Amino acid sequence: MKVLMKGNEAVSEAAIRAGCKAFFGYPITPQNEIPEYMSQKMEASGGCFVQAESEVAAINMIYGAATTGTRVMTSSSSPGIALKQEGISFMCAADLPCLIVSVSRSGPGLAGILPSQGDYFQATRGGGNGDYFIPVYAPNGVQEATDFVQKAFDVAEKYRTPVMVLVDGMLGQMMEPVEFKKPVINEYDKSWVVGARSGRERNVINSLNLLPESLEQTNITRFRKYDEIIANETLFESTVADGDEVAVVAYGTPARIAVNSIEELRADGIKAGLIRPITLWPFPEAAFAKLPASVKHIVVVELSQGQMVQDVKLAVGGRLPVHFYGRCGGMVFESSEIAGQVKKIVRGE
Amino acid sequence: MGKVVYEKSKGLTDNPLSYCPGCLHGTIHKLVAESLVELEVLDRAVTVASVGCSVVAYQFFNCDAVQAAHGRAPAVATGIKRVSPDSIVFTYQGDGDLAAIGMAEIVHAAHRGENITVIFVNNGIYGMTGGQMAPTTLITQKTSTSPFGRKEATTGKPLKVSEMIAQIPSAYYIERVSAHTVPHLVKAKKAIKKAFENQIHGKGFSMVEVLSTCSIGWHMTPVESLSHVENSMMPYFPLGVYKDEGEVIS
Repeated sequence: MKVLMKGNEAVSEAAIRAGCKAFFGYPITPQNEIPEYMSQKMEASGGCFVQAESEVAAINMIYGAATTGTRVMTSSSSPGIALKQEGISFMCAADLPCLIVSVSRSGPGLAGILPSQGDYFQATRGGGNGDYFIPVYAPNGVQEATDFVQKAFDVAEKYRTPVMVLVDGMLGQMMEPVEFKKPVINEYDKSWVVGARSGRERNVINSLNLLPESLEQTNITRFRKYDEIIANETLFESTVADGDEVAVVAYGTPARIAVNSIEELRADGIKAGLIRPITLWPFPEAAFAKLPASVKHIVVVELSQGQMVQDVKLAVGGRLPVHFYGRCGGMVFESSEIAGQVKKIVRGE
Repeated sequence: MGKVVYEKSKGLTDNPLSYCPGCLHGTIHKLVAESLVELEVLDRAVTVASVGCSVVAYQFFNCDAVQAAHGRAPAVATGIKRVSPDSIVFTYQGDGDLAAIGMAEIVHAAHRGENITVIFVNNGIYGMTGGQMAPTTLITQKTSTSPFGRKEATTGKPLKVSEMIAQIPSAYYIERVSAHTVPHLVKAKKAIKKAFENQIHGKGFSMVEVLSTCSIGWHMTPVESLSHVENSMMPYFPLGVYKDEGEVIS
């Protein structure tokens, strides 16, 4: 059965249905409906809700709760995610699972509260210290956002890593019909958790490692885990077909807008297809590996001054020209605006 | 056969302590470990180690352990306790960790009345990083970042953490003790045990501040350090119960 829900509330409900038993967060626009929803529903579902004193504290509460093997979640927005980077690095280092929902606003600094994709680097490169990555899902609507929230918990537990669902403020705020699917709940090894110790050896969750030989090996082992994530969890969609002259690349809500742009282009006789990265890390390089020979231009559109475009250029490896068009500051392009840009590129203007 | 009248607490592992000669961390660890054993909660205790000299406390307490980021131990402990309420969760933090970078986390753990136990070891200096000035460094005390002695005009007066936390309405039990003489250790043990008993009985936030030494950072012999606690620290940081059963003791 489908229900009409706001993106932020739908991801909260999806998390509860997936067995999330602890939410720690801090108010920041445009994600406030998530902690609000959790404060209302979490206790009744047998979980706990704490409004922390800061995003720093919230992610460290997540760190603590995750050590017990409980499904845990936090959410925030751009400057708040910046503050969480310390904890994300520590959780990666301690191999702890959690879900982070990032509802991004425009930046840098305090900036504005309107939708932006200026946090692509923040999500995929992180700002925490050290060698680490986290899987990042970029849904294109409320339905996918709920699906990926549920998937994210499973991926987090399977690989023992924080996982991020990254949406822009538009997706967090808009209402769409959504159907909650039956969440995947697999049993993974929990022999590493702390608390509820009965007879077992004591467990230590730690990221301190002062021996270089040992730390190097720990990091190499973690990157083997990342290799598995890259091999098994990379997701994208592509409608680029033989005969298409242009591949438009977009993720999140701009990918929805770009679908209309492509229809407009086709009506004008320009054949184009859409490549939509669904995981931003791992970035779907495979989407660019075997493009039809007909493709002459790649056009990346983002609600930023150009961040994902760098990953596209790395994936394309200089084989084709990679063009960029972006709006930022909370300004959102119309479908006709993207179509107009593509036309100019194709016509060499 | 002789009778065993004293032995190392089962609450401590067999790992050799890595603390400096003259440091009281080992002694304070022992008081904590003995309390956990005597209260029969060692098998459900979780220690949250902080950043500072006691960053390695997880190697020594013979219970589950989580190592936290600098200053964040009370937030980490909050996360553990909220989802695992049967665990006996305690942080073990120094004054750089708790009173500087972690001030927000300790204040708000107390503010929420988290049912955790905090062991706050105050030696007035950042020991691990090489003896820098802490918020608790005494006026005129020389450290590697107050080489001419701490000056009130530019750095203020030392923070009195127990007095401050006691004013937080939801804090349940706050006491300052010292670890520099045997009679003081007896009192310190009593306070630490009480702070754990409070948690076992669900009373809420308990913190014991323990005055301690840093012979290396203070550039003193261990014996001089003990005198420094008595003669310089105790007059500024008076020992005593600052809050009990949720009531401020004036």
